[in-house]
Amino acid sequence: MSTFLELDHVTKTFGSEGMFGNGQITVAVDDVSLSIDEDEASITTVAGESGSGKTTLSRLLLGSHVPSDGRMLYRGKDFTKLTSRERRNFRREIQPIFQDPFESYNPFYKVDHVLDAPIKNFKLASSNREKQRMIEDALEMVGLLPGETLGRFPHQLSGGQRQRIMVARALLLKPRVILADEPVSMVDASLRATILDSIRRLNRDLGISVVYVTHDLTTAYQISDNLMIMYRGAVVEAGTVDEVIPNPQHPYTKLLIESIPQPDPKNRWGSEPPQQNWDTSDTDMAGCRFADRCPAVMDNCRTTVPAQYLINKHQMTRCFLHEDKGEMENPDITSTFQTESETIKAVPANMSI
Amino acid sequence: MSTEQAIQTYRTGARITDVDALVVDGFSVYYETDSGTVKACDDVTFTLKQGERFALVGESGSGKTTLAMGLMRLTRPPGHIAKGSATLNGRDLTTLTDEEMRRTRLSELALVPQGAMNSLNPVMRIERQIIDGILDHVEDDEKSPNKDELDEMVRDLLTRVGLRPGVARLFPHELSGGMKQRVAMAIGISLRPSLIVADEPTSALDVVVQRQIMQTLGRLQEGLDASIMLVGHDMGLVAQFADTIGVMYAGKLVEVGPVEEVFSDPKHPYTKLLIRSLPSLKEKREFLGIPGLPPQLIDLPVGCSFADRCPSVFAKCREVTPLTQDLGGRRETACHLYDGEAKS
Repeated sequence: MSTFLELDHVTKTFGSEGMFGNGQITVAVDDVSLSIDEDEASITTVAGESGSGKTTLSRLLLGSHVPSDGRMLYRGKDFTKLTSRERRNFRREIQPIFQDPFESYNPFYKVDHVLDAPIKNFKLASSNREKQRMIEDALEMVGLLPGETLGRFPHQLSGGQRQRIMVARALLLKPRVILADEPVSMVDASLRATILDSIRRLNRDLGISVVYVTHDLTTAYQISDNLMIMYRGAVVEAGTVDEVIPNPQHPYTKLLIESIPQPDPKNRWGSEPPQQNWDTSDTDMAGCRFADRCPAVMDNCRTTVPAQYLINKHQMTRCFLHEDKGEMENPDITSTFQTESETIKAVPANMSI
Repeated sequence: MSTEQAIQTYRTGARITDVDALVVDGFSVYYETDSGTVKACDDVTFTLKQGERFALVGESGSGKTTLAMGLMRLTRPPGHIAKGSATLNGRDLTTLTDEEMRRTRLSELALVPQGAMNSLNPVMRIERQIIDGILDHVEDDEKSPNKDELDEMVRDLLTRVGLRPGVARLFPHELSGGMKQRVAMAIGISLRPSLIVADEPTSALDVVVQRQIMQTLGRLQEGLDASIMLVGHDMGLVAQFADTIGVMYAGKLVEVGPVEEVFSDPKHPYTKLLIRSLPSLKEKREFLGIPGLPPQLIDLPVGCSFADRCPSVFAKCREVTPLTQDLGGRRETACHLYDGEAKS
């Protein structure tokens, strides 16, 4: 087992007390330790609401933010000490797919451009013919017909097709990890399935690890192996989806799961939950950040930060309700995740749409 | 099933009366383009009762927003209302003059827009934006509320949508997405409209905030005894919120019915596929999309526009355009599969 990327007690804060700061510090990612393994490809979901820090965490993983505290290690080496060649390699090995399939394109270029550019930049092909073959292979991999896709302008394609071209673009670089930040939140429900399916196929067929950032736990449950729930910077619960979704332990995870609009008119929401109070700054909240909204709040929640308690082998939570279960010895939350050797992948053979 | 029985299957606590709030009949919005007429919304007929929550669903491009904007008379050229009527509280909106329509908007028919972040003026304080609409609808200058009354109204509206009164003095950029959507709702209900049109009011928000906003919207609607037309593509949200669902496909309303019955027993093949494509939290299963893409709306061929994607297609579907058929119990569908079952 070798670790591809590791976060070691990473914290990321924004704001400053200096000359231009207003003294307010926002803790976007709070003491997170995790690792992405190279040999065992899995799909991990990072879920949480706006402002939970999930996008900051994904930017840390992409190397576009530097931790304020803690270390990020790329193949065991401190990220800030990489040589330019290693950094370039890192940029190829982890590929993002962004939320908006409309803004990722320059409307004046044909879609071929987004596929040509990475091949040129990383000198992946020695001839035009090879380049063409690589592009066609990548498109077919995500279920697109090259003849119907190439030579067109972005506005001539649907949102679903555009997003799948983005998956194909990531694929050209033969990455180890794909980081998909809300890849389906802007496309129609009927097209979501095709995009998520192409992402899942990359994981299964090519052994690429996927970090799926979303607030939609339903699709997360359907495609991912592992799950981490973030709330105001902290990972409040983590584990395998099969443990966490049917049996959430943190009050925030429970609220999140209850609030999913189930397509079942006979099973409607309960009463309206309290609003998040954005007026209290992160520095004012000494204890658990969910304390002011939590239905099960206790006295020590407001004064002390809960540790990571291990519920069972595949589930951990940061909540004093589970203090009796004992702290995790290994702070790496991914240690609760399922490893591939344990997984019996119950994926239907025919996933084509 | 009679109408009264059908209404009883609605959500508990709903105050749906038998009074027609909005009667839409043959309503069509066409866009004239160089390459032909785009029938973005074609021959749509439905009735919305007072107190009812009606949800209009469909893929992008199905015409649901075109219909909502057409009802508000906010269609922009080259679009125009080609035919049909929309009667709100006894008045046909399509025959009103522009000035009469301007007065009707907000006071009788209010819009809670999609993406409230783009509908608020970034350089105006929240209180000013709420007051603007109220003052604009004062017909007689002498009855114009004074500053204290306006302040009181703003405070009251903000409290009703779940915001603290201090928000009045803030600018839009100081609010979160959910708070901005609440401000848009406060503006929408400021003149106690009888119909609220909510166009994907929560599409950019996450689930907990979405739930809070929808529940607040429902509470406001019940407080006003108003009706709601919710436009959206999230079937989960519709299942949680609506009493009645209307499914649009390629500019046509293909199925209408009480939400519980449509979810448990969809009639139109498109509705069936739409419901089957929803991912579940209860079981892991194969992800299914709907194969194919919706047709171009220019010069639609004769027949059913879903025929090319329909698993149950037969010869007649490509020859005759299906008409809306009343299946009884407030259920309607436009599909040849039910040709023998119409209860006229």
